[in-house]
Order: sequence, then C-alpha cells, then structure tokens
Amino acid sequence: MYTFSSKLKTFSILLIILGVIGVGYGFMTSHKSFEQVEHLLAEEAHHGGGHGEAMSHGETKAHDNHGQAAQAHGDSHGHDAAHGHEDAHKKHVEHVQHQIANRPWSALYVAAFFFMMIALGVLAFYAIQIASQAGWSPVLFRVMEGITAYLLPGAIIVLLIAIASGTIGHYNLFIWMDPEVVAHDKLIQGKSGWLNLTGFAIRGIIFIAGWVTYRHFSRKFSIAQDEADDNKNFKKSFRIAAAFLVFFIYSESMMSWDWIMSVDPHWFSTLFGWYVFASMFVSGITAIALITIYLKSKGYLEFVNANHLHDVAKFMFAISIFWTYLWFSQFMLIWYSNIPEEVTYFVSRFNDYKLPFLGMVALNFIFPLLMLMNADYKRMPWFVVMTGIVILFGHYIDIFNMIMPATVGDRWFIGIPEIGSILLFAGLFIFVVFTALSKAPLLAKRYPLMKESEDFHY
Amino acid sequence: MEASKVIHAIYTDDDVLMSAVKKVKAAKHHIEEIYTPFPVHGLDKAMGLAPTRIAITAFLYGLVGLTVAITMMNFIMIEDWPQDIGGKPSFSYIENMPAFVPIMFELTVFFAAHLMVITFYLRSRMWPFKEAENPDPRTTDDHFLMEIPIHGDVKELSSLLAETGAVEINIVDKEAH
Repeated sequence: MYTFSSKLKTFSILLIILGVIGVGYGFMTSHKSFEQVEHLLAEEAHHGGGHGEAMSHGETKAHDNHGQAAQAHGDSHGHDAAHGHEDAHKKHVEHVQHQIANRPWSALYVAAFFFMMIALGVLAFYAIQIASQAGWSPVLFRVMEGITAYLLPGAIIVLLIAIASGTIGHYNLFIWMDPEVVAHDKLIQGKSGWLNLTGFAIRGIIFIAGWVTYRHFSRKFSIAQDEADDNKNFKKSFRIAAAFLVFFIYSESMMSWDWIMSVDPHWFSTLFGWYVFASMFVSGITAIALITIYLKSKGYLEFVNANHLHDVAKFMFAISIFWTYLWFSQFMLIWYSNIPEEVTYFVSRFNDYKLPFLGMVALNFIFPLLMLMNADYKRMPWFVVMTGIVILFGHYIDIFNMIMPATVGDRWFIGIPEIGSILLFAGLFIFVVFTALSKAPLLAKRYPLMKESEDFHY
Repeated sequence: MEASKVIHAIYTDDDVLMSAVKKVKAAKHHIEEIYTPFPVHGLDKAMGLAPTRIAITAFLYGLVGLTVAITMMNFIMIEDWPQDIGGKPSFSYIENMPAFVPIMFELTVFFAAHLMVITFYLRSRMWPFKEAENPDPRTTDDHFLMEIPIHGDVKELSSLLAETGAVEINIVDKEAH
C-alpha cells in the first residue's frame, strides 16, 4: 500500500494556495477602465515592442488609414466622418478592454482543461490496455486508475468555468453565448441549434457522466478482482472497456468541438477531435511515466522495471509523432487551399503567436523524436523524466494556442494568471491522484495477465 | 586460414537454443556462429555480439533522402519550372515548404529503408548468385545450428552440448573462406 506522504500533501496544498493567489491577482487586475486601456494603447503605439509588436503596428496602420479616410471625407463631409473615426476608435478600445478582461478566464480554462485531459487520456489508454488484453501493462494499472480519479473533479471544473463565463462572466470564453453577438451574426445564428448554452450544458453532463461511469465500474471491478477466485470481474471489465471506447471516441470528438473549437465559432476543422485526442493521449501517457518513476524512486512499484518504462516511453515517442502528423495534416490542407474562412485561424496564430505556435512543434515533435529515438535512452528514468516534462509543457502550449488567440488575441503572455492557474490545478491534480493511489494496493495482483506483465521482457 | 575442426550442435527449439547459448557462454566457449530459420529475440545479446550499427547507417541514409528530396523539389518546382503553388506565387522554397513536407518525409523513409536493407545484405555477405554458406539446409526450415570451433577437449564439449538439449552433434572440417 502506498501512503500519501505528508511532504507531498503539503506541497500540493501549497501549490493550490499559490495558485489561488495567482488566479485571484489575475482577476483583480484584469478590469481596466476605458481610459486606462486608451492610455495603454497610446503608449504601445508609441513604443511598439514585445510580442504584440506586429499586431500593434497593424493596428496603428489601420488607425492611420482610418485617419486618412476620415480626413479625405472630412474635406467633403466634415463632421460626419470625424464622428465615424471616433466610433471606430471607441470600438477598438472596448475590444482590447474585453480581451484584457478575458485573460484570467482563459488562463484558468486552459490549465483546467490541460489537467482534465491528462486524466481523460489516461482513461482511454487504460481502456485500450484492457480491451486489447495487453500483456505488458497490467503492472501499471493502479497508477492509471489513480490518475483517472482526477477526471470527475477536473471535468466538472472545466464545464463549470465554461458555463460561468457565459452566465456570471461577460462571455469571456465563448462569444456565441452572448445573445448580443448572435443577433448580429448570421453564421452563429445558423449554428445556434448546436451552439446554445442549454445544449452545451446538457452535452457536457452526458460526456462527463459517461466517462465517470466507466471509470467508476472499471475501478470497482479491478479492486474486486484482487480478492476474487475466478475471472468474472476481469470479463466484465473487458466488456465495459470495449463499450466505453466506442462512447469515448464520439464523445471526445464532440467535447473538443464544444469545449475548444467553439471559441472560434466561425471556424471549423473536421479532424479537430483527433487532433485534441492525440494531444490528450500523449500527455496522459507521459503522466503515467512520470508518476511511475516518482513512485519507483520512493521505493514503491518494485515489480516495475526498465522493460515497462521502455514500453511507456515507446508510446510517448509514437504518439508524439502521431500528434505531429495530425497537426501537420490540419495545417497543410488549410494552408494549401487558402480559403479565407479557414485560413484566418492560422493567420492569427502566425501573426500573434509565432513563438508558442512554432515553438510547440519543436517541443512536441523534434525534441521527443531525437531524445527518445534510441532504445537505451527509453530505459533511463532521468531521460524519460526530462523528455516528459518538455512534452507536458509543449502540450500545455498546444491547448494555450487553441484557446488564447480567440479570447485574448495579441494580449497574451505567460504571466501570473497563467502560472497561477497551472499551479492551482497541478496542486489539485497531485492531491486527488495521490489520495486515490493510497486507497488500493499498487499491484492489481489477481489480474489474469499479471504474471505475463511481471515477467515482461521487451 | 587452413581448414579447422568445428562442432555443429543442432537444436529444434528457440527457447532451448537460448538457454544452451547461455550455458555454453558460461562454460567459456567461443560460439562462432548460429544459424536459425527466423530471428531469435535477444540471441545477439546472449552470444555477446557487439551492438549493431545499422541504426546509425539508417539515420545517415535518412539524411541523404531528406537532402535529395529538398534538392529535387527545389529544382523541379522552384528553379527549372517555377510553379504557382496553392495560389501563392512566392517562388520561394521555404514559403512553399508545407507542400513539400510529404515528399521530404517519404524520401527520407524510402532511402533509409532500402539502403538499410542493401547494407544489411552486403554486410552479411549476401548478393545475387552467391552460394549459400549455410552448413545445413534444415536451418532454413525448423532447426537451429550452433557452430563452435574446437580447441582442446572434444569429448567434454560434446557432453556439455548434449546436456543443453542438442538433438544432433557433428564434428566437421570447416573450409576456410
């Protein structure tokens, strides 16, 4: 049995407290008055600088054009045109004001989704191991079950943040929740049969209920199997795993449209569900590797050896390449056809998010490709830990790139609100996962394939 | 090299062969070669062979393939007959790079795979019309053959091999090649 050390517990609670302070600071400083934003913009136009350079230049240019147009008009119409210019200016300032207000919401949402998706990815991985009756992985089942314990709180938090942003917030994440926006938007009106708050909430509850039900029963059967004299529980677990995987691939895809893709309600991509799946799968597998190595370093999991680590690292390597394949497939088709309604998605990312957008390809593809290619490196714990941390960071950036351009535009930065949110959910994740790990023996000892797993040799 | 005597021990199971290899190595005998009908996992490590360097050649061949793809596409699509790709007439390789990525990938894999196989054949001294070095045709079907050069006591070695489960032990003169 694993006992949740008080040191780690204190650490996780400390992370939560620091996170709450960071998130609170983010929310408190995000409400800028009209004059403050106006002043900020004037200053930026003066200095340029920072990552917002390209965009603020573009804005100043747009302003100049407005100014010129206003002047040209001014010759003939005078008063009217000057009035129009003032309107555009007001609109722009209000837009930026809204983006600044969106930042803590988005930061919280990105971090909440990232840790939720680790648990969901692990749940899918676990179901695949059971449905395929894999022989190498059963020694890691209890670690996977521990991680999936975070799914229920994690997914509920994500759904609550999303719904709160459209009710108590000012439509800070999903503009289609704003009736004012929908009233002036033909495209969103056409999609409102799917994109409406009630439907969003009901679908979210169905997804979460389905995932959590599977997680509840698979865990129950797994623990019951420990003390059983036959394989009845194993057979039940096998059956529900197969059924869950069918439910999962549909619900995961729809979840990715609802919870991520709809932040850009005009844009759509047909392989988005797969793309999000690849990201959650590789993050989940990486989390399994990191927690396994941590527990092993504390003297637990004596039955796990370099052969098991080797196989987990192979999955990290393979799914990193799979992620790149999907990332590139989505990008290339849209880049090639160059249709305005699709390509805006990548234009905003290339203009305002060049470093995170291209940096993530290096972190999520080139780095794991080179680091984990050699078979011997996959067997060295410190090597897997180092690569794993980079992969997790890279996939956080991936989620960041999915949400932020739609909500905060060029007003992004990885500062206190973002880091605070990461700490908050990392603390919660550690607390929930390690509490669950301490609830059952770390070896699912009567699982029928356990002997094969213990003797596994790559 | 003059002709020398070797022992051929024949096995009928890969697991028996593996444990035999471990015992023979433990008794400090040098195993010259093992002929098997299929690759036996972990045999190279048990025999104490040096790690393969074919992965390094594969990496280098992959780089060659990548270079060929870049040079070829640059010549065909940019220099020799400039193409307007995807309605973006930039006529620059780097700006049209996404369109070439599948080709770069395919040629990397193509070069690495084919040249690696050819390297493997040549390194194993196999080429068309080459006469088989295989001492016993049954090793291409369902038998495993271990070849040990004889230095010293033949009887002791034979009894050791019989103990490890060899179904047949022959002493033969080996022609130098």
